[in-house]
Amino acid sequence: MLEIGLVHYLTVAAILFTLGVFGIFLNRKNVIIILMSIELMLLAVNINLVAFSVHLNDLVGQIFALFVLTVAAAESAIGLAILVVYFRNRGSISVEDVNMMKG
Amino acid sequence: MIIQAFAFYLFALTAIAAGVMVISARNPVHSVLFLILAFFNAAGLFILLGAEFIAMILVIVYVGAVAVLFLFVVMMLDINFAELREGFLQYLPIGALVGIILVAELMLIFGSWVINPEAAQIIAAPSAAPAEITNTHALGRLIYTEYIYLFQAAGLVLLVAMIGAIVLTLRKRPNVRRQRISEQISRPVEDVIEIKDVPTGSGI
Repeated sequence: MLEIGLVHYLTVAAILFTLGVFGIFLNRKNVIIILMSIELMLLAVNINLVAFSVHLNDLVGQIFALFVLTVAAAESAIGLAILVVYFRNRGSISVEDVNMMKG
Repeated sequence: MIIQAFAFYLFALTAIAAGVMVISARNPVHSVLFLILAFFNAAGLFILLGAEFIAMILVIVYVGAVAVLFLFVVMMLDINFAELREGFLQYLPIGALVGIILVAELMLIFGSWVINPEAAQIIAAPSAAPAEITNTHALGRLIYTEYIYLFQAAGLVLLVAMIGAIVLTLRKRPNVRRQRISEQISRPVEDVIEIKDVPTGSGI
């Protein structure tokens, strides 16, 4: 228990990832919470990458984590922009209203 | 060793508790604040791992930019959040089922898995000993040499995201009077002043 190894970090990452998935299920109507859940999942992925990078003594994992971070930042910026535009047009952010394009 | 383990459990448990609060808080503003707490604790975990640069980037980029952006949007939109929480309990059982299955599967993997001994031979960029150069230094050496194209591509992704966000949210409102200096300057003189020849003793 006191010897902190790779598996400890992987467990934390697994629990955080599951919380992200769970959050998407739980808050089906609220896009903002869904976006935050996705951020949690990406954070868990980053913890995995860095833990393996340190464990294998290979820096490339940390570089990959940096790029994951970049893409996550871009994704949340675009997602929130779409959210703002959607709210401006419809006056709500409920996910269930997003079916105007349904054929 | 004891202090390291204590710090790990402190950061890990706080991060997980904050994650639980992110998805279950009633008020989205609280969710965002708990997300910030989770990011801070993940940064602590990264520091424990010895990846200081990623930890600092996490605090700067996520807490400083992304989470504040979330806070901004949550506070800017006027939404009835109570309405959005309807069906929370309806999805709880299936969500819990999926979550439990996912965690159980991951734990089974951790229990039965070992690293391939050949993995040590295919290391692409061995990290230097801590006394030699810092983590940031080593990452910089790698990013600016071998991964320069990926680095540029990441910059391009951010540029496209920035332009996309601006294009999406920029709103042209009609009937708003603005000063357009270029139009003012480029008007020809003939359009602006009219010179009339006024005869003596009569009006125009």
